[in-house]
Amino acid sequence: MTKRRTWVYFIPYGLWLALFVIAPVALIIYQSFFDLGQHFTLTNYSTYFRSATYLKMTLNSVWYAFLITLFTGLISYPTAYFIHQLKHRQFWLLLVILPTWINILLKAYAFIGIFSQAGLANQFLTFIGIGPQQILFTNASFIFVATYIQIPFMILPIYNALDDLNPAFVNASKDLGASTWQTFRHVIFPLTLPGVKAGVQAVFIPSLSLFMLTRLIGGNKVITLGTAIEEHFLTTMNWGMGSTIGVVLIVAMIVVMLLTGDQKTKGGTPR
Amino acid sequence: MTQPLITLRNVTKRYGNHTILKNINLTLESGKFYTLLGPSGCGKTTILRAIAGFMSVSEGDVLFAGQRINEVPANKRNVNTVFQDYALFPHLTVAENVAFGLTLKKVAKAEIAERVAKALKLVQLAGYGDRAISELSGGQQQRIAIARAIVMAPKVLLLDEPLSALDAKLRRQMQYELRDLQQRLGITFLFVTHDQEEALAMSDEIFVMNQGEVLQSGSPVDIYDEPINHFVADFIGESNILPAKMIEDFQVAFGGHQFECADAGIPDNEPVEVVIRPEDLTLTTLDQAKLTVTIDTQLFRGDYYEIAATDTLGNDWLIHSVNPAEDGETIGITFRPQDLHVMRFGEKEAEFDARLETYEELEDDGVDET
Repeated sequence: MTKRRTWVYFIPYGLWLALFVIAPVALIIYQSFFDLGQHFTLTNYSTYFRSATYLKMTLNSVWYAFLITLFTGLISYPTAYFIHQLKHRQFWLLLVILPTWINILLKAYAFIGIFSQAGLANQFLTFIGIGPQQILFTNASFIFVATYIQIPFMILPIYNALDDLNPAFVNASKDLGASTWQTFRHVIFPLTLPGVKAGVQAVFIPSLSLFMLTRLIGGNKVITLGTAIEEHFLTTMNWGMGSTIGVVLIVAMIVVMLLTGDQKTKGGTPR
Repeated sequence: MTQPLITLRNVTKRYGNHTILKNINLTLESGKFYTLLGPSGCGKTTILRAIAGFMSVSEGDVLFAGQRINEVPANKRNVNTVFQDYALFPHLTVAENVAFGLTLKKVAKAEIAERVAKALKLVQLAGYGDRAISELSGGQQQRIAIARAIVMAPKVLLLDEPLSALDAKLRRQMQYELRDLQQRLGITFLFVTHDQEEALAMSDEIFVMNQGEVLQSGSPVDIYDEPINHFVADFIGESNILPAKMIEDFQVAFGGHQFECADAGIPDNEPVEVVIRPEDLTLTTLDQAKLTVTIDTQLFRGDYYEIAATDTLGNDWLIHSVNPAEDGETIGITFRPQDLHVMRFGEKEAEFDARLETYEELEDDGVDET
């Protein structure tokens, strides 16, 4: 009786898991073993790992995802720390979350307007006497917009980690003679590191496969793995190769998860 | 007299309209065990935070060895704290926790290792250095928290209800150990607790607090035997407190009779309160009785019987007796004059001390004459 009930609750989750997680991954892995002529083969993988273009693309993806994560982190940690000290922190946090409710494409198009030749950014540059510059379709603008979009996803876990931090740890550190900076370095940062890791996961992995932004903002100068997959599926119709890159992407994600996962630290898990 | 180590002078702390500390004056001397005792929310932890430097006071001065330290940040004060929930850093090992403060001070590595080992040995956890904090029991964490503080060799150690999370048995053991540690190190301890037994057992001097004020300070015996008012008498130990009238010096009336007492210096016929500790009451036969009571209930407490009784005027009495009585029995109780303690309404500590001094001298003289 009870057992049957439990099964009923599992149905929505089970369906979701089967249809949207297991089936797609299985299909991608399956597809990656077929070439254009529908022959079962390993050539896709050998092509991928022998081709300088693909490897360079992979490196590019990782490099840009790394830069985006780095800048996001450099902005998010101080921001989260600052918001956490404020009086109406829930309100200020809401303002950070607000942009995530707007569709990413909409935000991308907004930036096209802002960064265009006659856009707001260039108007400002003209005003301060630098004159109009090529902003749109540069790597810098790509990283800028991607960072902008990812920031809330990094701020939230860091904020939560700061919120979970027992204030007694900070007092204890000061009590033992630590300055504000030493307290941050030796106590606050190590104890909020799980939040940073969660943020890195939430930012780095999606950044690996960004493709709309690379085209709309980056002008396709940077070809990331995401762009490559899209091209293979929609333009060159080489589903096998697209799937292979997909598999590489999945493996990369797993590696990132393992690297940033919760290792059992020597001192045990923070409170 | 030696220079007091810590002095609070007219310290007041307000949060908005709420006054947490009202004009606190207290002095801590070197090498003694002090306790701040009071119910939760009475401001005792606030005093600790003011001394540690986690909080600034609204008015008044905090002095350390005669120097005003109101503006000195916590990390520059020569005091250390043992926190209520220990606040041991979970990402560091036991040894790293204990070494935390010394490492920041850039003490030589060999010296750190030596001092950490010594501190761990002092709290009887030698060899635990490599353990993770999460592997320790509550009592062990407690000791590490103490080790982490004393390794800094502070002049004053502040302890914020450090035993409240331990079970009864461990708590008793830690009381002995803390007292022993304090005496061996010769550091001033300022211990915060709401547990009156703990305070009585460990302290050289107790400050009894309520609602942001220090009501009475003194040795455990003084406070137990001569509480200043109803609150202190009720909070420290169990007591029978009765409305009474001061007839004249050394004569007080309550329960429909007049009794000899050991108190004086109170205007004649002033309404007062009388405290009698349950263990000072003795069951006796009716013809030797000072008061007659009827036994309501009794509980066996192991080393004594706790007896609840009612006298002829309807006052409740609590009696600790080695021998049992019978429920419903009418029985006599007796006490000695010095077992009575008279308390005036609204008397301040200074007045109280001054009054006690006048007639205690008188009493001593009387003893000399006989």
